[in-house]
Amino acid sequence: MISLAQLLTLSGILFSLAVAGIFLNRKNVILLLMCVELLLLAANFNFIAFSRYLNDVNGQVFVFFVLTVAAAESAIGLAILVVLFRERRTINVEDLNTLKG
Amino acid sequence: MLVATLFYVFSAILVIAAVGVIGARNPVYSALALVMCFVTSAAIWLLLEAEFLAVVLVLVYVGAVMVLFLFVVMMLDINLAELRQGFTRFAWLGWLTALAVIVEIVGVVWAKGALGIDVHRGAAPTPADYSNTLALGEVLYTRYAYPLELAAVLLLVAIIAAIALTMRQRAGHKQQDVEAQVAVRAAERLRIVKMDPEKGA
Repeated sequence: MISLAQLLTLSGILFSLAVAGIFLNRKNVILLLMCVELLLLAANFNFIAFSRYLNDVNGQVFVFFVLTVAAAESAIGLAILVVLFRERRTINVEDLNTLKG
Repeated sequence: MLVATLFYVFSAILVIAAVGVIGARNPVYSALALVMCFVTSAAIWLLLEAEFLAVVLVLVYVGAVMVLFLFVVMMLDINLAELRQGFTRFAWLGWLTALAVIVEIVGVVWAKGALGIDVHRGAAPTPADYSNTLALGEVLYTRYAYPLELAAVLLLVAIIAAIALTMRQRAGHKQQDVEAQVAVRAAERLRIVKMDPEKGA
């Protein structure tokens, strides 16, 4: 039998791996987007686990909306990435310094 | 017992694939490892009886979003060596943060009574005629009807934004001008040349 604690631990490991990925690959925009997808997946794991263990289907509805927003986010993010590459010939985050931020 | 074994196997694959996503040298391998992550996650969601979302995850993520990622990764001519530079410079900070997050989350989850519910029990079994898709649809189209419409509008906005961002007119681009073709007159295209008929030999 899977217990809630095991599931929450799994999603915690997944979440922290994704955070580590953002630290490690902070130059590559594509990998940053992939790590954000992993973060959202870990969050969805929690929603589904609690929805199952509290017998409440509302948590799954929330996962549905998170999936929608994440799909829209990655579509627009990749479109921006393509335009960026066309303009600058690079996807290095450190080259995006037009705003002097 | 079988469910627990499957859960451990899928969890191990999931964690290994996640390490692959963040550590692979080539973004193509990262994207493929992420596909592996999504597929094993869908399997674990099936074990949790969230069948509809498991199928949606495979269809939408593996079928659409990851294909988009792979397209972009392969389309862009990236200088990988430059992007990999400094990979190890902040690696210790990344692993330290990851370790801290894991310790915190595991500590909170496994601490006695920290979440206010018994986290070590199994889930209550669902009735044999329970349909996950039906249950989800019943709340999605009643209580969440308005958010559902908003989600649809959001997707439409995403489509339009993605197309508007990437559409462009190249300089020197040759394109058919339908209006000019329709409005053309015979006099502009046809020239009648008067010639003397040839004399027979």
